[in-house]
Amino acid sequence: MSFLTRTAGYGPPAARQVRERPMSRLVAFVIIAAFSLYFLVPIWWLFVASTKSRGQFASSDGLWFADWHLWDNLTFLFTYDGGVYLRWLGNAVVYAGVGAVLGTLLASMCGYALAKYAFRGRDAVFNVILGGVLVPVTALALPLFLIFSAVDQTNTYWSVFLPSLVSPFGVYLARIYAAASVPAELLEAARLDGSGEVRTFFTLSVRLMAPALVTIFLFQFVTIWNNFFLPLVMLSNDKLYPVTLGLYAWNSQTNAVPELRTAVIVGAFVAIVPLILAFLGLQRFWRGGLAAGGVKA
Amino acid sequence: MKKSLWVRTGATVLAGTMVLAACSSGSDESSGTEGGAEASACEPSEGPVELEYTGWVPGMEDAIALWNDANPDIQVTYNTGPAGNAGTYQDFFNQLEAGNAPDLGQIEFDTLPNFRVQDGLTNIADCEGVMDAGDEFVDWTWQQVTFGEDDAVYAIPQDTGPMAMFYRKDLFEKAGIDVPTTWDEYAQAAQQIRDEGAYITHFPRTDVNWFAGLVWQAGGQWFANDGDAWTVDLTGPESTKVADYWQGLMDDGLVKDTAGFSDEWNNELNTGELWTWVSAVWGSNSISSGAPDTSGNWGVVQMPQWEDGANAAGNWGGSSVAVLKGSEHPYEAAQFALWLNTSEESLTALNKGGGLYPATTAGLELPALKEGLDFYGGEAIFDVFAEAAAATDPNFVWGPTMAQTYNDVADGFGSALGGQGTLLDALGAGQEATVSTLESQSIPVAE
Repeated sequence: MSFLTRTAGYGPPAARQVRERPMSRLVAFVIIAAFSLYFLVPIWWLFVASTKSRGQFASSDGLWFADWHLWDNLTFLFTYDGGVYLRWLGNAVVYAGVGAVLGTLLASMCGYALAKYAFRGRDAVFNVILGGVLVPVTALALPLFLIFSAVDQTNTYWSVFLPSLVSPFGVYLARIYAAASVPAELLEAARLDGSGEVRTFFTLSVRLMAPALVTIFLFQFVTIWNNFFLPLVMLSNDKLYPVTLGLYAWNSQTNAVPELRTAVIVGAFVAIVPLILAFLGLQRFWRGGLAAGGVKA
Repeated sequence: MKKSLWVRTGATVLAGTMVLAACSSGSDESSGTEGGAEASACEPSEGPVELEYTGWVPGMEDAIALWNDANPDIQVTYNTGPAGNAGTYQDFFNQLEAGNAPDLGQIEFDTLPNFRVQDGLTNIADCEGVMDAGDEFVDWTWQQVTFGEDDAVYAIPQDTGPMAMFYRKDLFEKAGIDVPTTWDEYAQAAQQIRDEGAYITHFPRTDVNWFAGLVWQAGGQWFANDGDAWTVDLTGPESTKVADYWQGLMDDGLVKDTAGFSDEWNNELNTGELWTWVSAVWGSNSISSGAPDTSGNWGVVQMPQWEDGANAAGNWGGSSVAVLKGSEHPYEAAQFALWLNTSEESLTALNKGGGLYPATTAGLELPALKEGLDFYGGEAIFDVFAEAAAATDPNFVWGPTMAQTYNDVADGFGSALGGQGTLLDALGAGQEATVSTLESQSIPVAE
């Protein structure tokens, strides 16, 4: 449905439209369909697999249902090992949810400052942050571990949470967007009206930057949710695991405890639900914002 | 000097602040390189002690709860990590580097040499009761934790994986094929089963430790360490014999190339496409959960022999509990590790919760291991494995970089299954890669 609305809004009025050739429409459709399949089939497989009993899992068609065991599987998932899965899910929501909110705030403030204030060393700071975009997060895990070891804070919530707050890419995006969407005249006017810089940022600039903030939040949320290596290195207490690491640990034990296969599959399915919800819930803001930018141009 | 440091650290530090822990482990390392295998004095700490223990055995908490109830002054906290090679070993190495490793860690036998070479293990030979416990364990396991050194014990054996042959009793009977007792008969049976439209077994490309178990049974040795240097010999006569044998089965199309523990493999077991599996004791669980429709149809006998009438078994898997370097309470850690792996109550709990097969000779007689299993037609299959445990060559030695060796050999096995090169080529490539890895890590290799 949303696809249709979008095309309608973007496309030029039908009367003036040059007739598209049916051939090119067909090609475009085939390409889009192929990509959609590519992304959706694994999710479909995961869903179907989640509904199967262990025996049927191996013996029945991977892309179609056998007997319906989803509820049994979910019960097993949420009760195994004292319901530790729910805890992992909760941990991931805290790491990713709170981490993304605070991370977005930090990144947007930083990017905004770089875009809107002239100060000495501004370009140097920005270049260093740009450099940070190029460093893979994985490469930082071990140095971070040694740093947290030096202050005796490994194997704690903080050891995963604090590094998650940092998003060089978010700063970059916020700067670009702030430069383009927050007019200097507007800030000038706010100053003349006696608004302090902080108040201006939170009441005015944040609203203008909203689409960028949503983008940064989503990126950051997904990055933290999927961040696996940092918790793997930092945490040894499984009560602190995020859901990705927990599922990985289970999966590594399936040779010894084959029943866990079911839990891993259903658990993986349940674990993507929050991501889907976050996207569906936030894409409204995202699209609205980008469209608003388009009108102005 | 060293002794006074240990005593001082134990007496003044309860919760172990970072600075002191780093300091004590640092100085310990430097003296360790001079003293080599010298055992550190092992005395009880004063006051209550808290121990950290990291492993990945499910149900371990139950056994630990028993200990914690009985020992209010030595409380153990258990952390469950991913299986060793999936991340926990790397975590241990990182933590050893940072000086905050747990007191106790689960380490599989094939990875112990790796930790020994990296100086990550505490010698607990002088801790009360440790040396005397040697007689309680199955011979080969004690050899693994002492590395054949005198006055040295680097870990306490926990569980083992003696190998035997699982086979489809019903199918063999129906087809009128004799259950093979030698590898020659196994090859004949493979042909007969192929004629029935099925396969005798699969050759798992990634389970190189399974293959090592077969070499172990054949009397081969992949590694040796004379105290000065390592010898690497993946292509010795026994290894060659085993590799040629399976290459022959593969060339004749008598074994499947399914990856072990995959869904496809489970399905083949479940539908009767695979008739046997030479595997470790814990494989009983893999079959019963992966092939639920075949309940009651499986039997277990000793694995096929190279010599008619011989009695040799291999081993696949098994782990130990080591006191990691830097632990401030080696005495208490050793006491706990001994209790965990020798006491009947603990072994019973570990067998029930985690399916562990004990490493002590007394443990093999646990009531739980004498019962018949419904899935195996009520047979007491563990008796077969107890016999296999006793028939395992005590002197098999693992190398110091097994994860790498496994990977390189597995690559070659994959090619061989695809028709490029042979299993023996794969071992040769693994040999070369292992030697160069050892050299690159400055681990001396004998020519």
